[in-house]
Amino acid sequence: MSDLLRFATAGSVDDGKSTLIGRLLYDSKTVFADQLESVERTSADRGDDYTNLALLTDGLRAEREQGITIDVAYRYFSTPVRSFIVADTPGHVQYTRNMVTGASTADLALVLVDARKGVVEQTRRHASLSALLRVPHLVLAVNKMDLVDFDQAVFDAVVKDFREFADDLRRQGFGELPDLTAIPIAALQGDNVVHRSDAMPWYDGPALLEHLEQVRVERDHGEDRPARLPVQYVIRPMSTELPDYRGYAGTVASGTFRVGDEVVVLPSGRTSTIAGIDTADGPLDAAVARQAVTLRLADELDVSRGDLLASAAEAPPTVSSFDATVCWMADAPLRAGARLLVKHTTRTAKAMVTGLHDRLEVTTLDRQPADALQLNDIGRVTLRAATPLAVEPYAVDRTTGAFVLLDETTGATVAAGMVAAP
Amino acid sequence: MTAPVKLSQLDLLEAESIHVMREVAAEFERPALLFSGGKDSIVMLHLATKAFWPARIPFPLVHVDTGHNFDEVLAFRDRRVEELGARLVVAKVQDDIDEGRVREVPGGLRNPLQTTTLLRAVEEGRYDAVFGGARRDEEKARAKERFFSFRDAFGQWDPKNQRPELWSLYNGRHLPGEHIRVFPLSNWTELDVWRYIARERIEVPEIYYAHERAVFERDGMLLAVTPHSLPRAGEQVTTRTVRYRTVGDASCTGAVASPARTAEEVVDEVAATRLTERGATRADDRASEAAMEDRKKEGYF
Repeated sequence: MSDLLRFATAGSVDDGKSTLIGRLLYDSKTVFADQLESVERTSADRGDDYTNLALLTDGLRAEREQGITIDVAYRYFSTPVRSFIVADTPGHVQYTRNMVTGASTADLALVLVDARKGVVEQTRRHASLSALLRVPHLVLAVNKMDLVDFDQAVFDAVVKDFREFADDLRRQGFGELPDLTAIPIAALQGDNVVHRSDAMPWYDGPALLEHLEQVRVERDHGEDRPARLPVQYVIRPMSTELPDYRGYAGTVASGTFRVGDEVVVLPSGRTSTIAGIDTADGPLDAAVARQAVTLRLADELDVSRGDLLASAAEAPPTVSSFDATVCWMADAPLRAGARLLVKHTTRTAKAMVTGLHDRLEVTTLDRQPADALQLNDIGRVTLRAATPLAVEPYAVDRTTGAFVLLDETTGATVAAGMVAAP
Repeated sequence: MTAPVKLSQLDLLEAESIHVMREVAAEFERPALLFSGGKDSIVMLHLATKAFWPARIPFPLVHVDTGHNFDEVLAFRDRRVEELGARLVVAKVQDDIDEGRVREVPGGLRNPLQTTTLLRAVEEGRYDAVFGGARRDEEKARAKERFFSFRDAFGQWDPKNQRPELWSLYNGRHLPGEHIRVFPLSNWTELDVWRYIARERIEVPEIYYAHERAVFERDGMLLAVTPHSLPRAGEQVTTRTVRYRTVGDASCTGAVASPARTAEEVVDEVAATRLTERGATRADDRASEAAMEDRKKEGYF
């Protein structure tokens, strides 16, 4: 039974990111003959010296013209042991919001460094954002080793620099980079991408794909945490066979729900026990994180979309005001006093930014007081919502700790937010 | 009655799709599901029945009918709709041709004409969310699609100005006249779809499985002899064992030579294949490097 790994990459064409993805697709035999033929034709038309595998991933006309990745592109490949979803994102500062988007659902971040250039601003930005978004695993791929004669000293120096930055991240309370693996590669020829390279006998670790196949991700999805399920939809068939059926449909955000468990409905605080866990394939004894199920309760309570069902013994608090780190994604700047909508789990509420505390320079980890956040800026704010929300620190739970801010007039998504520890 | 400890990739894809469908049912006034009788829309419909079980699907099905159909697919469509007690709305490209809103193009391809009919159906039904079975692995412009894809009052897609889509927080806000296309199968691949059809024992029209058919070769594709696709001079008709990988407009959808007679055999075949399903069988996507991007901007599926 194969499972799934979602990973995000960031970087520019210069780092060879798209080439690396192209190489993974090509060497894992995911690229189809007609796709390759189309890329070969385009490469030849452009006068490239070699088949430009980056053209496999840069799909929009503007991206092909400019030779850059603008938007997140999703790519798929699989091996006999695992399927992969790749969020391929651009690395430039003006696309920070796209990097944040790609990282939000990633199990693993793949940070690419050009061996000749070492750790640069873009590397630091990607590492910071991965830490901020709590991506549980990070791979540092030191690329273009062929251009430094496959020299171990170059690789070691890059890794040492990167580890120092990771330590800074931790010291700044920015987030951990809990699982860091460094791999020397040459994406253009495929060294250590799918197959181990003969050119670097001093490296005895896995090739990149081997590592991606082996990373364990089950524990990252909150299976050890208290149970949480945001109610999406109330199922009421109102049919002659099931006149009184009332089930609360949702995806388990974390933990395990078992029939008979005592649960609390938030924000109302009323309690009941789980009478049944239903799916179209039959009832379950227990439902774990990431399963889409329907819970029935023993008591008739007022439960609707936006409520959180949580383990009664370990329920989160409900608060109307909380601190958070936001990544601002709109052209018009964010200032204190802004009125927006907050979308948190399945609840949308009016909200106000009551305080804007600082702006973070993600490449230096420097925090400066700020009175506005511009497009792609990251900063700390205090948010007040019109209704109480069952929030938990993002560092603890990537579902109950996450939110987006919407512009009430245009409907645009203007910020990604992560709830701070109290 | 035990919960699986380890969720498989298909379990996770299924859960994600169900999550998306429930979000739509909860947040929109008038959703509709595009149902063509093709395998992706069949899987999408199957997921919808699971998402709202034991209740019925809380939205109608819409078929944009090119008039160039495979009979087996139409029969399948009608039977499935009846089994589910669902409501089906059929929007016909022929009506738009008859009323002069679109003109037949030389060569008879009707796929490009569907956009007008689709947008008319959305407007007439006042649908604010429309489920489509498109997958990101199909094509490079689709690789950039969101689960919730915003469409302006003209039904257009603006690929350079898409809403960021974070975590599983989907933004469906829109003004009257605008709508959201929703793609619950975004993260599925063709292989996933077939593995799921095999696992769930989902019925699909028999033309997806190997059968004998009179075909002729054009542009490297095997086209069936139908009133919509007749061989030209010099194109030889032979009877071959073929199956379809997609079942769009019968005039431009090619068959592939295949002995696969069951879903399991198709899984093995797809796993080993070296051509994408669109590259192998869809003349409409071969027009140019950015053919799909251009059509999607206009409001295509």
